[in-house]
Amino acid sequence: MTLKRKLLGFSVPALSALCAFVIILMVVLIIGDIVLGGWGTLSWEFLSSTPKEGMTAGGIYPAIFGTFLLVVIMSIAGVPIGTITAIYLSEYASRRSILARVIRFAVNTLAGVPAIVFGLFGLGFFVQFVGTGMDQLLTGGVQLKWGQPNILWASLTMALLTLPVVIVSVEEAIRAVPRDLREASLALGATKWQTIRKVVLPNSMTGILTGAILAVSRGAGEVAPILFTGAAYFLPTLPNSLSDQFMELGYHIYIMSTQSPDVEATRGIQYATTLVLLGLTFTLNFAAVFLRYRIRTKSVR
Amino acid sequence: MDEPTTLTETRIVEARPGTAEETSHESKSSVGASPLGELWWRKRFRLAEFLVEKLVTAIAFLSFAFIVLIFAFVFREAAPLFFSSGEVTSVASKPAEQETYGEEQLGDAQGGALAREKEKTPIEQTGEGSATVRNLVDKTWQPVSSKPKYGLLPLVTGSFKVTIVAVLIAAPIAIFSALFTSAFAPKWSKEVLKPTIEILAGIPSVVIGFFALIAMATALQNVFGFQYRLNAFVGGLALSLAVIPIIYTITEDSLTRVPRVMTEASLALGATKWQTALFVVLPAATPGILAAILLGIGRAFGETMIVLMATGNAAIFSAGFFEPVRTMSASIGAEMAEVVFGDTHYSVLFFIGSILFLFTFTLNAIVEIVVRQRLMKRFQGL
Repeated sequence: MTLKRKLLGFSVPALSALCAFVIILMVVLIIGDIVLGGWGTLSWEFLSSTPKEGMTAGGIYPAIFGTFLLVVIMSIAGVPIGTITAIYLSEYASRRSILARVIRFAVNTLAGVPAIVFGLFGLGFFVQFVGTGMDQLLTGGVQLKWGQPNILWASLTMALLTLPVVIVSVEEAIRAVPRDLREASLALGATKWQTIRKVVLPNSMTGILTGAILAVSRGAGEVAPILFTGAAYFLPTLPNSLSDQFMELGYHIYIMSTQSPDVEATRGIQYATTLVLLGLTFTLNFAAVFLRYRIRTKSVR
Repeated sequence: MDEPTTLTETRIVEARPGTAEETSHESKSSVGASPLGELWWRKRFRLAEFLVEKLVTAIAFLSFAFIVLIFAFVFREAAPLFFSSGEVTSVASKPAEQETYGEEQLGDAQGGALAREKEKTPIEQTGEGSATVRNLVDKTWQPVSSKPKYGLLPLVTGSFKVTIVAVLIAAPIAIFSALFTSAFAPKWSKEVLKPTIEILAGIPSVVIGFFALIAMATALQNVFGFQYRLNAFVGGLALSLAVIPIIYTITEDSLTRVPRVMTEASLALGATKWQTALFVVLPAATPGILAAILLGIGRAFGETMIVLMATGNAAIFSAGFFEPVRTMSASIGAEMAEVVFGDTHYSVLFFIGSILFLFTFTLNAIVEIVVRQRLMKRFQGL
């Protein structure tokens, strides 16, 4: 009995420490492999030039530009809606109201819907339904402009996917605004909306920014929703209208590593592209962590 | 966290009447001077507040509307399978109306509208290559051939194989690590492990897929001598990297939420630290851990890029875990771009999407309704 206890007393902490170690090891392995594999190819030239010679040489500038455009349009569409939803959930809705619970459930569900299903929805709703409808209205269906995959539909699909991310972190920030501030404002005679606009929102600006950054980081990394809503394999020109297709970093990695005619020859490009994407998402995530840390310390004070 | 807000809300409501108007029209005292003007201002003011509240509520309601829309539109595109299998095939067989994805398409709208028009008059006729509900339950998935076969069994088993591998690997690692952080971990390791998990959660799935495809698959083949470099096991292992953060975060959350009274009581009775962790804290957090595993399953089942890149993508119906598989999500990702709009294949892919959606939706609902409430009940009064 005592031996068994001693054995267990040793093995339970040891096993759990081992598991923790495995996770750290895997993360180090992934990052190490990608940094080592990509470092050699990475250069300013690589970041600022277009793919050449049938994508076996050259850089990834169009993919970086496309990713940037995607997340900007996505944020413009998603962040205001997410922020307002968070305001509703934290300021207007009482915990027990059925509507608030329905919305909360919807947000949780939205967060759990597979990315590929968002892609299908983008294709079925934005491209086929809205886009085709717009073509019918604008040109009577003669000219096909919006009824095909493009950067607008891809961005809106992505905005939908990242909506829960925005809502959750903005709500957290709003709840961190001290009660005293709200009460002071209300006691001075401000209405609820005035309080929200002049007191609550300015004080949760960092939180909104955090939400936006996290959403951008998530949106930049997801590929499944844009597979058939707007991303393109190769484009000679940068997109210059919302109805254009675009190249994207994650999609570029996928396509280069699985469907490129000579996968081995472009290994360096693949690794370097992955490194760029990884660097981008990490920078964004660290910024978000830093901001969140600042919010937390502020709300304690 | 919740308590203060509800308090604030009641206070806000109390504070509103009467006091609200004064500041708003201090500058417009000329209007406020007459009692009639005062009333008018007050009314207008309340109206604005009312409108803002309704607008905010309406926008918040959008989240729910999107869920309904996703339901509606994913199912709508899959619907032809069930209502007029014969009709769909006939549309696809007319070359004039065949449009390929991504190219300049003229009159696609009319084609689609036509197809939709025809759906309303279902004709019972099962042509070669059409997908009836019966044909979907078959062992061959050959959507692109002269006699297309849309048997979903290999895809469904593929998805389950990869999910099982992923969760079987991820769940123990994540749960024990969470136990480590909450019960044993020295402070420094806590400060290493948690950010590491956040980093892991922040790695885009396409990067994990790339790592699995290029580095991990080769390494594993060298070590274990797999016949196929890319197989269900490699895919599942890669997928576990995406699942670990979810299970870890939720488990850790529910472990720390176990009331201190319980751990302290256990320790006071003479139990050691590990006994408390294993026999008191862990059982008390079971509903939360269950929720974590269910959400992990949902994530694994729906994940696309990792399995698309790391499983080999062969639609084989077999029981082997070391053979290439094609999952449901990967089929959508790989085939949707080359499919003919409105075609049977198109509808079948949307049907697969509907299954994925329903599956994850059900898991979510179970977690939301059953597990969370039980967790609440268990800790009530402590």
